[in-house]
Amino acid sequence: MTAACRVLIAALLAIAASSALAHKPSDSYLAISVEGEEVSGQWDIALRDLDFAIGIDDNGDGDITWGEVKAHRSDIAAYSLARLKLRSGGAECPVHATAFLVDDHSDGAYSVMRFEGACQVESQAIEIGYSLFADIDPQHKGLLRLEHGGGTRTGIFSPERATQSFELEKISALTQFFDYAREGVWHIWIGFDHILFLLSLLLPAVLVLAGGRWQAVERFPPAFWDVFKIVTSFTVAHSITLSLAALGVISLPSRLVESAIATSVVLAALNNVFPLVHGRRWMVAFFFGLIHGFGFASVLRDLGLPQNALLIALVGFNLGVEGGQLAIVSAFLPLAFWLRGTWFYRRLVFIGGSLAITTVAGIWLVERAFNMKIISP
Amino acid sequence: MSTIRTYTTGTVTDWGRGLALAFFAIAAHATPYVPKDDSVVLEHLPVRPSDPVARELHQLRAELAANPRRRETAIRLAERYFALANSEGDPRYVGYAQAALKPWWDLASPPLDALVMRAILKQYSHDFSGAMQDLAAATREDPENARAWSWRAAIDMVQANYEQARKDCLALKSIESDLYAVGCLSYLDSTTGRAGAAYRALSEAYARSGDNSPEMKVWVLTRLAEMSQRMGNSKQAEEHFRAAYFEPINDQFLLAAYADFLLDQGRPDEVIPLLVDWFRSDILLLRLALAEKARRAPKAGEHIEALRSRFDAAALRGDKLHQQEEARFNLYLLGNKEKALALARENWKLQREPRDARILLEAALAMKDPAAAQGALDWLDRSGHEDPGLRQTAQRLKALKP
Repeated sequence: MTAACRVLIAALLAIAASSALAHKPSDSYLAISVEGEEVSGQWDIALRDLDFAIGIDDNGDGDITWGEVKAHRSDIAAYSLARLKLRSGGAECPVHATAFLVDDHSDGAYSVMRFEGACQVESQAIEIGYSLFADIDPQHKGLLRLEHGGGTRTGIFSPERATQSFELEKISALTQFFDYAREGVWHIWIGFDHILFLLSLLLPAVLVLAGGRWQAVERFPPAFWDVFKIVTSFTVAHSITLSLAALGVISLPSRLVESAIATSVVLAALNNVFPLVHGRRWMVAFFFGLIHGFGFASVLRDLGLPQNALLIALVGFNLGVEGGQLAIVSAFLPLAFWLRGTWFYRRLVFIGGSLAITTVAGIWLVERAFNMKIISP
Repeated sequence: MSTIRTYTTGTVTDWGRGLALAFFAIAAHATPYVPKDDSVVLEHLPVRPSDPVARELHQLRAELAANPRRRETAIRLAERYFALANSEGDPRYVGYAQAALKPWWDLASPPLDALVMRAILKQYSHDFSGAMQDLAAATREDPENARAWSWRAAIDMVQANYEQARKDCLALKSIESDLYAVGCLSYLDSTTGRAGAAYRALSEAYARSGDNSPEMKVWVLTRLAEMSQRMGNSKQAEEHFRAAYFEPINDQFLLAAYADFLLDQGRPDEVIPLLVDWFRSDILLLRLALAEKARRAPKAGEHIEALRSRFDAAALRGDKLHQQEEARFNLYLLGNKEKALALARENWKLQREPRDARILLEAALAMKDPAAAQGALDWLDRSGHEDPGLRQTAQRLKALKP
């Protein structure tokens, strides 16, 4: 059957054939990361496509082996990198291959080439020109994932859209600020040890110690100012150590910090049951606040601090923590003030609650101390 | 074996979010590695370099490279690649064919043969309007161009332009053999409510035509099977399917239609051995997974995951070309009715064949949303299409109406 005849039959057969695709078309996966002038990336290209373009199956047996791919590493790099143009500020960003691997995608094996390089000029945008296989398979597409400053962008290259420019806008300071503030709020919300410490100090704020017995305060303002002083001094204290620790000025082993935080909760709660310190609870809040600050710092460290926006992250996180605290306090204070005269509050919430907090924090302390024994060399 | 296949590219904004997600989903399970040994085989090429087909392609490519503007070579190569795209089901070959036609691809009015070839490649990518423009120009220039008329008929059928399709088939009648024109007309008739007459006409023309290529036989027998289904005669349908199946060629569209028939008959056990070696074909893997799920076969989960990753990869690329299959996948394998309906509706905008109507009706029924399938209900009324299953689904859907 001649080719022309075949196509004629194909036309007839097309009548009533399904509109389905049997195979995945040709795509490459290009991941590029830009940090300052540095560019690095990974390019996954189907071995079938590379074989069609430059010939990899040297022995012609229809199988592509790792040995054949390895033998063509420099050809693959030369062929593909010649078809990828990165430009920044009008100047080229030359890149070179650094590693060759393989990977299995849903439609077969791909050559994985890692590359890196540097732009001569750092600018607000990167221009990417992609022409891989444009001359031999205009249906081929390049799927780009571009990473910059913690953000990810995607793009699709085809012969119709061979050159595209991507703004490398710095993630706005405001976005970054709110991201860290949200983390701060979240950490207070899930950080039960901080909440319990604060509650232990706040529980007595609507009461007054008279003749060795707790009495309800008569007016709201003294209770409010008591809370205000406690919260403020806790805040100031943990802000100091948080900043010092986050900036790397002071560093304490986390097991020590965590155990000290548990101790602080035990002591603050016990103080309600067996009052030792009453009038100057803000000083207790300050002293232990210093320890809690180290705890916050370890969270912030885990989140990763952007070196170019250290201050924004620090202030954002700190304010987030404060916001979280304020939310707890403003929910707690009116309720406590309302219930302060009742047996329910004075016996059940205040004494019972404090004992419960002591117990929980005591278990934490043992756990953390126990862990310390296990993991210390 | 052959098809109207598509590549429609979505706008980036349409699916930017999904793209990022899909990218990570794909990237997540892909971990690059260094093979242990040089002898590890990473990939099997579909065509060996020593194969006669490969040698011929190689030679044509070399000729074309030496003289890229020599049209006969370019069109021969494009035809070769297009045939390969159909038999292998690999869209890459359509890209290679397009590359061969590069000097004529963007011309306003290329020479006739390049114009028709360009149209054929365009329809493969679901650029139906572009393809139709080229084909209209081709039949104006050469009213006896059977190939251009055939493709016009194919596209008009897909888009449910039945009056126009009839004209295309009739134009074919005066220039091509009896079987071609009758095949064209009977396909149209069997879609538009005259399956019985179409069946008789096609079987008579087939008997008259004598010696036929296996491709032609498989095409005719598959159509006769479909017509029998529409007439409600499953026994006769099965006889034709089996006869087509024993022809000495692989035809994945026959296998798909046969598998669908068996699934509709509640015989998933027989589908599994039929399709077990067709893992690479998306449309057949879908049927295999449907059968395996019905049988609770152990491979079902693995095959559903494979399909999911292939649909994800297509989404990443921006393809909307197999929404019909994706809708079916979502409805019956994932149980995601909402997404299935959205895909089936989107698909209906471009393609209006009975199977496109079917998935739209079924998804709308699952969502209890008759209004969403109004297009398919109207089509059913207007075309007079007879398939009993399709009519039953439509009735159930209409019964939902307030």
